[in-house]
Amino acid sequence: MPVLKRLWEYTRATQIWNSIFRHGPMDTARNRGLAVLTNVFLHLHPVKVRKSGIRLRFTWCMGGITFFLFLVETATGLLLMFYYHPTVEYAYVDIVDLREQVPLGIMRELHRWGAHAMVITVWLHMLRVFMTGSYKPPREFNWNVGVLLLVLTLLLSFTGYLLPWDQLAMWAVTVGSNMARATPLVGHEGPGAPLLKLGDITLVHAGNDARFALLGGRFVGAGALLRFYVLHCVGIPVVAMVLMAVHFWRVRKDGGISGPV
Amino acid sequence: MAFVDQIKDIVNWLSSPPRFFLLSVIAFFAVLFPGELGPAWLRRLTRPLAAIYRPRVAAVLFGFLGLLFFLSFRDPNFLLIVGKPDNVPIAAMIFLVGFFVWYSLQQGRLNDRLQESGQPVVEKQEAGDPKVLVWPDLVYTEFLCMILWTVFLIIWSIFLKAPIEEPANPAKTPNPSKAPWYFLGLQEMLVYFDPWIAGVLLPGLIILGLMAIPYFDTNPKGNGYYTFKERRLEIAIFLFGFVVLWVWLILIGTFLRGPNQNFFGPYEYWDAHKLVPLINIEFSQLMWVKLLKMPLPSNPMAREIFGLLVVGAYFLVLPRIMGRFWMKRHYEKMGPPRFYVMAFLLLTMLSLPIKMLLRWTMNLHFLVFMPEAFFNI
Ligand code: HEM
Ligand code: HEM
Repeated sequence: MPVLKRLWEYTRATQIWNSIFRHGPMDTARNRGLAVLTNVFLHLHPVKVRKSGIRLRFTWCMGGITFFLFLVETATGLLLMFYYHPTVEYAYVDIVDLREQVPLGIMRELHRWGAHAMVITVWLHMLRVFMTGSYKPPREFNWNVGVLLLVLTLLLSFTGYLLPWDQLAMWAVTVGSNMARATPLVGHEGPGAPLLKLGDITLVHAGNDARFALLGGRFVGAGALLRFYVLHCVGIPVVAMVLMAVHFWRVRKDGGISGPV
Repeated sequence: MAFVDQIKDIVNWLSSPPRFFLLSVIAFFAVLFPGELGPAWLRRLTRPLAAIYRPRVAAVLFGFLGLLFFLSFRDPNFLLIVGKPDNVPIAAMIFLVGFFVWYSLQQGRLNDRLQESGQPVVEKQEAGDPKVLVWPDLVYTEFLCMILWTVFLIIWSIFLKAPIEEPANPAKTPNPSKAPWYFLGLQEMLVYFDPWIAGVLLPGLIILGLMAIPYFDTNPKGNGYYTFKERRLEIAIFLFGFVVLWVWLILIGTFLRGPNQNFFGPYEYWDAHKLVPLINIEFSQLMWVKLLKMPLPSNPMAREIFGLLVVGAYFLVLPRIMGRFWMKRHYEKMGPPRFYVMAFLLLTMLSLPIKMLLRWTMNLHFLVFMPEAFFNI
């Protein structure tokens, strides 16, 4: 294919190409290094790594797979946001429409199965990190960031679970959020709450306790749907992204993927 | 057919939680420490289990379990529950967790053997000097991995439709009502503890306990490579929590808990009218009325004195004994404050299986039952 080859060489010589990729075209070790260093996405990585660290047998790629699934969730979730209204009138109908009206539509499926998969891979990633002892000094702090990421992943999945607004969604969230009622002091059925009184007035009741704050109401209703939607699509993803940035940065600062001394 | 039905009956019978749980715990320790725990006869009995760490034996066992699993789909009741779209990833999780736990233990044993014969561990041999370049060596693996996952997710999404049930209806409570699957372990704890303990305190302690692991584990060995021998206790504790108390409880909650939160075997029909007698009894009742043949004292403190003593001994005296005898090395290395926090979290974790056993064997409701003070354990 001499024509294609010529075209390729021509493209690489253009000013446009050279303004994007800041290293020469030759396949040298120096340029391979620059390929990583001069790319904002790739520079999450160091230029060189210990061979054992990138072996499948060591990390199982589980952290990377979890991150990839998060990206898949962000992309598919964004597309779903175009069609979905977080209101009691429309939420369910929108989901049914996605199912019935979109030929070959699999965005909802990708989002839901991706979410399930992400929960499982994050657990397996934790298992790997434990079994290789990679939480030991100097990586104690990154393990802690990881635990927070695990909690956020579960919360993301929990808030998303409500959005289809069907029986499964509503009652799963009802069961899940009922626990908040029993929070010590701030849940109206929790220990200590009855003691919080001003004269005859109970300070903590079903209309202002922890569950009420979570659901924006006494029941899983319109308020809860909106709250969960905002948390699911903006609040938690933003926090998770910040923590992931810290997590990846720390992997590097702690000396790269762990290995025997 | 009669033969198949008999097998199903046996499996159903075995999956009642007391049997299933005991069997799982025994299997867990037998597989983790084959030929190492218990009296001589038990050690002789469990020694052959070490064969499971040979890849060929494990492959045959895995294949057999997989076959059994797929054949089970011919059973309508099994198909109905396990075949639910949302439950498919959970069924897959059984095999994934099984495989990866096995794999990490197997790699650990491999490294242990290498070290015994004076060679460096695999990770050291592969450390590679000089290091390799990220582009292309790592980027290429990542790229491949992403493509494979994309293909996998798309195929999964084409063949399995995301479920949607009837519209939400606050007036119609489904039976059973379950939390999302990854929280079913927590929902399971609600059976044994009060909501504020099972739903707030224990989840908080789980997160705290996980975060504290790096500060409790003072063993400098086994950092950055698989090993079993150098970290036996740590691995046993973590895997017990992860496999038995987390994944296993999720499986129970997903596949075996049916209407009215009653238990059903995997091949059993989820009958909403199944009647299970409720005969739970308080510890105070057991001690004062049954054992001492006395009426219950009216003062709550006096009434619950036995339960308070047991719980007090468990949380206050036992850590001391652990520090003095069983975990003496850990105690000396960690120092008292750290050790006692660790012991408290460990004992809290173990209180769940203990409470489950007490419920199943003695129908014990609560050891300490003081609704007056929100204090039921
Ligand atoms: C920035 C990222 C995300 C955005 C913008 C987003 C957006 C959405 C939207 C609009 C829905 C409603 C549509 C529907 O129910 O099908 C939804 C549902 C859902 N989301 Fe997300 N999401 C994001 C990330 C995640 C992550 C990381 C997880 C899991 C760990 C997750 C789990 C779920 C679940 C389980 C549902 C219910 C799925 C269903 O039944 O269709 N989401 N999400
Ligand atoms: C959203 C969740 C998470 C993402 C996206 C993520 C991502 C990653 C990635 C890409 C790595 C590089 C090595 C590898 O792939 O194994 C890594 C390493 C690490 N992760 Fe995570 N992780 C997450 C959750 C967790 C959790 C739950 C824990 C522990 C409780 C954890 C602890 C660690 C530690 C200690 C390392 C360093 C391991 C080493 O140097 O060998 N992470 N993480």
